Amino acid sequence: MSLELRSLTATLADNSPLFSPVDLAVAKGEVACVMGPSGVGKSTLLNIIGGHLDVHFGIAGDVVLNGKSVKYLTAAQRKIGVLFQDPLLFPHLSVGDNLAFGLCSSVVGAKKRRLAIDQALAQAQLKGFYHRNPATLSGGQQSRAALMRALLARPQALLLDEPFSKLDENLKHAMRDFLFDQARQRLIPIILVTHDPKDMTDANGPVALLQAL
Amino acid sequence: MLAILVIGILVPVIAGLGETTRAAFGILPALGKHDFNLSAWQQLFQLPGFTTSLRLTLISGFLATGTSLILTIFGCAWAYNASDKCYFFDKLKPFIAPLLVPILAAPHAAIAIGLAFLLAPSGWLTRLFSPWLTTWQLPPNLTTVQDLWGLSLTLGLIIKELPFLWLISLVALKQIDLSKQLSIAQSMGYSYANAWFKIIIPQLYPLIRLPVLVVLVYALSTVDMALILGPNTPPTLALATMRWYNDANIGMLLPASAAAMGLGLLMIASVFVWETTMTLIMLVTKVMTRTGARGRHWKLVSTALATALQLTLTLGFLSLVVLLIWSFAWRWSFPDALPTSWSYQHWLRLLTHWPLALQHSIALALGSSTIAVVFAVAWLEVQDRFGGHLSRLTLWLIYLPLLVPQIAFLYGLKVGFLRIGINGGMNAVIWAHLLFVFPYVMLSLIDSWRALDRRYLQVAASLGTSAWGCFWRIKLSLLLKPLLLAWAIGIAVSIGQYLPTLMIGAGKIETLTTEAVSLASGADRRLVGVYGLLQALVPVLAYTLAIYLPRLISLKQTIK
Repeated sequence: MSLELRSLTATLADNSPLFSPVDLAVAKGEVACVMGPSGVGKSTLLNIIGGHLDVHFGIAGDVVLNGKSVKYLTAAQRKIGVLFQDPLLFPHLSVGDNLAFGLCSSVVGAKKRRLAIDQALAQAQLKGFYHRNPATLSGGQQSRAALMRALLARPQALLLDEPFSKLDENLKHAMRDFLFDQARQRLIPIILVTHDPKDMTDANGPVALLQAL
Repeated sequence: MLAILVIGILVPVIAGLGETTRAAFGILPALGKHDFNLSAWQQLFQLPGFTTSLRLTLISGFLATGTSLILTIFGCAWAYNASDKCYFFDKLKPFIAPLLVPILAAPHAAIAIGLAFLLAPSGWLTRLFSPWLTTWQLPPNLTTVQDLWGLSLTLGLIIKELPFLWLISLVALKQIDLSKQLSIAQSMGYSYANAWFKIIIPQLYPLIRLPVLVVLVYALSTVDMALILGPNTPPTLALATMRWYNDANIGMLLPASAAAMGLGLLMIASVFVWETTMTLIMLVTKVMTRTGARGRHWKLVSTALATALQLTLTLGFLSLVVLLIWSFAWRWSFPDALPTSWSYQHWLRLLTHWPLALQHSIALALGSSTIAVVFAVAWLEVQDRFGGHLSRLTLWLIYLPLLVPQIAFLYGLKVGFLRIGINGGMNAVIWAHLLFVFPYVMLSLIDSWRALDRRYLQVAASLGTSAWGCFWRIKLSLLLKPLLLAWAIGIAVSIGQYLPTLMIGAGKIETLTTEAVSLASGADRRLVGVYGLLQALVPVLAYTLAIYLPRLISLKQTIK
């Protein structure tokens, strides 16, 4: 049970590939790193996996999640979470409501849902932050809230596009540990796009190097 | 600067409202009435058709604004949907912008006249389908335009306001990290539509609230569109007020003033109802967000909305096309689909005689929009140099003339002008136009002015350029495009003004719009076509200049 990329690349209108096809297998709870020079298409690769690719691109190869191809599913059907460089907590919702947005709908009933969110807040050291406006949180707190929001949706895999790169070194390190910890606990395969070699050594998982063509 | 704003905008509006209010309560010295009383209101409520007028106003106003907003938001969602190929008209996306611009540029009256030419029993639509489909040899005996429920008026308003709101929204959406937020929501299993509802709309609406309210106020108080598309017996409240003001019996001035003031109060109540409704909708959305329901893809609804959107835009575009056809028609009898003989006589006459209406329109447009741009630039530059920023209150003040029904203060303003000896000259009309031109100019300019990278100025200053040098050589050069665009918007707004021209000009200053509206009820569609189209052509020309002039200049510089 895992996330597999099989000779995956984006193609342009003339069918030429954007970058060298990627092969990668990420087991549950494992963190894989995707590295490569700026502008080579790392974000595009995540867009393909998550199903967010612009219609103007084509896709070659396949994305296999838990043994099934998700290539033709919509982003909403894939259950593959994403985290970007910025936490992007929705500014019109409180921190708690942001988490409620993530929390999957199979948790029914206001009380049960509130309980689940409070637990998640506590895990992220954000106890009592339910009604706070996201803008009043520090960078690290926002990142943790965003991560909890993504996890509460119970994703089958998680994609991270240079997460935490705007945080300072110490915070970044703590965030990374927190993330890797959560992934292992929840047995979620993770793909991490990064520029930082230290991420790669810490992740201690498979690595894909993206090359331009 | 604030002082000029207060004197230039606030005082006229307040003074106008004041005069209207005085008259509404029986005080009109010109008629020898000096006593406070409520008889004008009693008279108003007893006027035939008052309640029907009220109902018509509310139906057309709310229906038009609501539908425009829904279609606008759907249009935005559709325009940004990068991962969905299922809509049948997806290939039409590139054609939307060219469809929007002429409708946006054309004055309300032009669209209204065109739509009337399209939908009337003898209009182009019936001609296109007769007699081969309908078997009609004569125009059918149906009421389409000026229907009793004001539906054609509502349709006209939607056609005209949709492109405006759409453009405003597309600009506003640039402030929201749209694609990433949608990706996040979709990656959690939310459908595209559901993500828009719960995430994007609550962020978008506060950004476009002011323009939406402007649309609501306009829709509730339009006179020129109601004159052409609305029902007559009785008409909408604004048009009825206008008629009472113009009644041969000057005793009607008092109930007319009461109606004008009533329209103002109605506007406040409507804005309150609208905003309360929106707040409730947002609240319900928030509660629904907490349940975590992911929503479905509402194929039927989105297909219906897509069709409505396409239809609205197409009707708007056809309205302008039918004006063009009529303006070149010579003989076009029912049920021919196209004129049987053509002529450019009307255009030739127009170009050789250069009628007063055209001269006035151009003079008013150039005058008011140039003053508005100069004033807006002066304001922003003063703020840059001496600090300060536009507070929310100032923004609302600038918008004020657009948030008050024109008819509620224009008559009062006219009386006020008369009292201080300004009698309906071009200058007074330019001032009246400025009240409506300035807000649009300022609001179109302000974002680009603020977005200008200040480091260019710092670089220039560090190279020894003076403050004036920075202003002329850096700011104005870099902002040439938005400046010209603001100027073109000003021209479009000025050309479209009907009521201010008519009332402040005391009916003596004819423009393309006043002529087009007064001719619209007449028989000669060819002449109306010419005037209607010309009304639209001047703003389109201004927009074209605004878009291509900077390109031409930069091209010249490259060649050098």
